[in-house]
Amino acid sequence: MKSLILRIAARNLLPLFLIISVVVLLRGHSAPGGGFIGGLLAAAGFILYAIGFDVKAARQKLNFNAVNLIGAGLLLSLLSGLLSIYRGAPFSTIEFFTLKIASNVSYAISTPLFFDIGVFLVVVGVLLTVVFSLMEEQ
Amino acid sequence: MITKITTPVEVAAIISLLLIFMALVLTFIRMILGPSLPDKIVALDLIAMLVVGIIISYVALSKQIVYLNAIVLLALIAFLGTVAFARYLEKRIL
Repeated sequence: MKSLILRIAARNLLPLFLIISVVVLLRGHSAPGGGFIGGLLAAAGFILYAIGFDVKAARQKLNFNAVNLIGAGLLLSLLSGLLSIYRGAPFSTIEFFTLKIASNVSYAISTPLFFDIGVFLVVVGVLLTVVFSLMEEQ
Repeated sequence: MITKITTPVEVAAIISLLLIFMALVLTFIRMILGPSLPDKIVALDLIAMLVVGIIISYVALSKQIVYLNAIVLLALIAFLGTVAFARYLEKRIL
């Protein structure tokens, strides 16, 4: 589609989609949200970009092979579950850490966060693989 | 959740909810009757925006801030849906 309005909209809406997807992903620990819906939003941004420009430009914008994202997400989810075995607890037991940034700033991090990031990557990879290959077929 | 209607904001929210519901019914009729496909697509887009209005009015009534996040997502996805339908109209293939 050769529409200038849609191109400008897609180019400016893609960062908004990505920021909101990360917000939803990080909020998912204790509020509505999570990796799945965040991944859907990020994929929706790239699909909008592919509709506005074309699939090739969207693939360039993604910068990764979409299939590789699936593998990376599955690996991250598996590693987050294996960490508790290393600590002597059953598989996928939740472990908590404290990440100290400065002397008075620290963040509480848990393994479900990494599991959710893995789900996020898998959802983005699966959706973009399917949609891009469907859009390229014509 | 909704206990008692006292403040002017809540009265305004109730009135706007009634009006939006009437508009929703009319838009739904247009979506079913719609002589051509573009009419139906515009009606679908309008329904999504009316749902956004309903959620905003409900937030004003119930003070549940969580629903404001749903509005952002719904508005973004509704735009994507309309764009995809427009592409389908032009190319007859998704």
